Amino acid sequence: MELLLFLILFPLLPAGLIVLIPHFTTRKIVARSSAAIMAATSIWLAWRCLVGGPEYFHLEAGTIDATMFGLEILIAAYLLYRCRGLPPRRLWIPALVVVQLLAMVGLEFGGQLPHVDRPLYADHFSVIMALIIGIIGSLTAVYSIGYMTEYHNHHPEIPVRRRRFFFTVFVFLSAMFGIVFSNSLSWLFFFWEVTTVCSFVLIGYARTEEAKFSSFHALGLNLLGGIGFLMAIGFEAYFAGEPTLDVDRLIAAGPALAMVPAAGIAFAGLAKAAQLPFSRWLLSAMVAPTPVSALLHSSTMVKAGVFVLVKFAPVFRGTTEGLLLALVGGITFLVTSLVAVSQNNAKRVLGCSTVANLGLVGMCAGVGTPETVWAAVLLIIFHAVAKALLFLGVGPIEHRIGSRNIELMEGLITTRPALGAIMIIGICGMFLAPFGMLISKYAALKALMDSNVLLAGLLAFGSAPTLFFWAKWMGKIVSIPHRPSDVVGPISLDKWVALGTLALGTLGACVFFPWAARWFVEPCVRHAYGATPGLATGGTAVMVGMLLVLFLLPLLYVVLPVPAVRAEGYLAGIGVERGAAFRGAMGKVHEVDMRNYYLSSFFDEHVLMRWGIRVCAALAFAMVVVSWI
Amino acid sequence: MDMTGVGGALLFLIGAPFAGGLLAGADRIVTARMQGRIGPPLLQPFYDVGKLFQKSRLVVNPFQPFYLWGFLAFLLVAGALFFSGGDLLLTVFALAVAGVFLALGAFSANTPYSHIGAERELLQMMAYEPMLLIAVLGLYQSTGSFLVRDILGSDRPPLVELPGVFLGFLFILTIKLRKSPFDLSTSHHGHQEVVKGITTDYSGPDLALIEVAHWYENVLLLGFVCLFFVPLHPALGIALAIATYLLEVFVDNTHARLRWQHTVKLSWWTGAALGLANLAILDLIR
Amino acid sequence: MSLFKKSPWLLHYNCSSCNGCDIEVLAALTPMYDLERFGIINTGNPKHADVLLVTGSVNDQNLEVIRSLYAQMPDPKVVVGVGICALSGGIFAQCYNVHGGAAAAVPVDLYVPGCAARPESIIDGVIKAVEILQQKADAMRGRRRTATAAAREAA
Repeated sequence: MELLLFLILFPLLPAGLIVLIPHFTTRKIVARSSAAIMAATSIWLAWRCLVGGPEYFHLEAGTIDATMFGLEILIAAYLLYRCRGLPPRRLWIPALVVVQLLAMVGLEFGGQLPHVDRPLYADHFSVIMALIIGIIGSLTAVYSIGYMTEYHNHHPEIPVRRRRFFFTVFVFLSAMFGIVFSNSLSWLFFFWEVTTVCSFVLIGYARTEEAKFSSFHALGLNLLGGIGFLMAIGFEAYFAGEPTLDVDRLIAAGPALAMVPAAGIAFAGLAKAAQLPFSRWLLSAMVAPTPVSALLHSSTMVKAGVFVLVKFAPVFRGTTEGLLLALVGGITFLVTSLVAVSQNNAKRVLGCSTVANLGLVGMCAGVGTPETVWAAVLLIIFHAVAKALLFLGVGPIEHRIGSRNIELMEGLITTRPALGAIMIIGICGMFLAPFGMLISKYAALKALMDSNVLLAGLLAFGSAPTLFFWAKWMGKIVSIPHRPSDVVGPISLDKWVALGTLALGTLGACVFFPWAARWFVEPCVRHAYGATPGLATGGTAVMVGMLLVLFLLPLLYVVLPVPAVRAEGYLAGIGVERGAAFRGAMGKVHEVDMRNYYLSSFFDEHVLMRWGIRVCAALAFAMVVVSWI
Repeated sequence: MDMTGVGGALLFLIGAPFAGGLLAGADRIVTARMQGRIGPPLLQPFYDVGKLFQKSRLVVNPFQPFYLWGFLAFLLVAGALFFSGGDLLLTVFALAVAGVFLALGAFSANTPYSHIGAERELLQMMAYEPMLLIAVLGLYQSTGSFLVRDILGSDRPPLVELPGVFLGFLFILTIKLRKSPFDLSTSHHGHQEVVKGITTDYSGPDLALIEVAHWYENVLLLGFVCLFFVPLHPALGIALAIATYLLEVFVDNTHARLRWQHTVKLSWWTGAALGLANLAILDLIR
Repeated sequence: MSLFKKSPWLLHYNCSSCNGCDIEVLAALTPMYDLERFGIINTGNPKHADVLLVTGSVNDQNLEVIRSLYAQMPDPKVVVGVGICALSGGIFAQCYNVHGGAAAAVPVDLYVPGCAARPESIIDGVIKAVEILQQKADAMRGRRRTATAAAREAA
């Protein structure tokens, strides 16, 4: 228990220190060492859990509950303060804050809140999440040290508020640990709201109009999702047959008793995981500094949304509400994958793909069989590693080429081979066999086929655009430029540590995934269902074989002689300057310049999003309504 | 993997180029006859490839052949997996990796024709991927296994339960075999508007490798077609697969090329209306 | 094996001419003559071609183009000049911007006479050129063999 409390409370120490210490170098040391401590502690915790199994802890929570309630009121006051001066059509945001505040006060003093006996726990699933937060979170924090300095060099117009930045990041990490270790619904809700506020502060970091707009957008939609949480707590307080706020007892109670809170929490989870109809907040949140996108909007905070979905998956198994949830996830996967095809902003592509993959997890959670949950947990792991790598890779690239445009990444593999290789590893990790995401997609397809054919169809259709947009991005990176260009600028050691670890993680995940599955994923499913699907060993052997081919090929290519004569590319005979340009009519010389296909009139972002939002809003609403009936 | 599995894989690795080359030769003769010509000898594709291997290799950059090796290697992995009775879903994934390698090779050359070819290749992949997956899922639904060796052991042809899936598969087979009206990425004949698209900047031995890889791919795809007829006599199954190929040649010669918009739309709608609907109905009946 | 004889792939480039020979070349490629019987394919891409068919005279505009196309053909390769313009510049020879026949830009292995050249004589020319192509291929292989032998000796 001490370990859990330590993980939740420890990040507050560097958060406080960073605010207090005036000296920049000392602050850096504090950030680095506390990141190392967090990572080490989460690994230690994982080891303990592997050896000892899941544990639930009793805690006399009177004072803690009171502190949390006080903090919630403070947060509400802070949000209302920040909401001053909002235009009238966004006044629904402070209104939501007030509604939540009133509901919380009502619940607190209504005296009906069930007592939580064991508010803290650590099982295999929360340990997996803790590892993601502890390792990827700390790496991102370390990475931000170098990144933020450079960020301000590139954006002199943005006032430097680095201390607030790091304070919020560490508070956020604390809240994330809180979410994954809380067994009490009201604690979960508290930490949930803290992450919402942190996300609000970090998205609005730049204080530009766009940043402000996006931060309020994210705040509003997440507060809306929070209503679902309040609904769950309120139901338990006033309507439940056997009132309980213990998450484990709630899940064990099954669909007959726990459907309403499960649907409410699923609603909150959809908002946090930026599923349709809420997806827009995550796409506009991409204005935030890149480490924020990596940490909050791909590998941890949005994962909290699907974390609760997967947590409640046993409740959803075989129910209408589960089917509706799965449909929301599936449609989100399809629609956002199609939207990603038309994006040329690297971070927006990553954002779309994040939403899409979370949709996949949501779809698996909604179906709720052991097989789909198995696939969902694997998806969460692989996605967290590969996506964090991609986001953190885009950061330095953006500063080198001065843009987030994928088109300008042409030839990265020759201009910055290390960065190019890192991007390629990340992209392969997202969509190509035998890398991580594909292993999980393979498991998901098998699992979905056994439960619902149409959902498997959604997955089949959604995967195709994924292949298209990742492959064309990779194509840009491997295109060899015709003219030498230099993409200069050193990359700090902090960044290399983060990038290197994550790249090795992405590669390692597909080498070691059978063990990861056996040690973490299977116990996690067994804990929830009492039984777990094993891994098809034939499939693993093939995957390892493919990986071997991938590693041997470059080696062979270096070793074997490939006699070749250099010639310029075919330009219908009118190429000049070694194919970098061509001579057109009247002898005018034109530069050769190729652009990727974005098909933006074919897959119109606005049309797709509009319909996706409508359909998914109806489905999500229906899910909540059906649960009450 | 048992001995038959290893045997099957070896048979594919060694035999497929011969079968695929003969198929390509037959294709050219049939095409010629349909156009009122006599056409080349049956062994012409082998002459062509043999000649290409003797020519020198021109490259725009030294990385180009590397991607081709990846293309060929993953086709071999896919085919060996399939013919050793392995997992059909993994076979399809390996095919996708091969396709991506081919596209990357063209991207790497970074010239207009290669680039257009690569983009169109990816578009084609986007077009056929859903239906290809649905075909695999359909075989799973019908026979209860993703393993080719289990599907081979089923007691009635999956075609009986999967007529829609089979038709949908035939549709995308046209794309996979690079036949008109969907030969967007290679444009089939060099003197057309994208020259040779994705293969424009390959020459000599590299081009020969692409050709051989296509033979492997075609044999693998026809093997896939055979799965729909399984418990029938193998000879009959192969005959039906060859008949399918001839049907594709017929379609090839009677259709002009479509635009990519139509290709994507048509194959997605076919996938949904024939493939997915078939799966859903089968699910309801059971 | 004389594979080059069995599979000559063509690239056709028309410099500046009256288009007569150009059209006759295309006529020779029609189903009527069915050149595919001999394994001949019109590739339209120098990187895939063995035989370059040049029609018309070389002028300022196309001098670099034909040189570039020739450079992009992998060895072994042959060039066939088709028609009188490709031989000497024909009636355009005296023009201010004309350099002469195809030989002004690239080494020509064989000429096909005529103004315009008839399809039958073009086919005949290609088949003769293919023999030169085969000789070049054999020479190339011989050179490669000597080179390897020399390398082995040196080692």
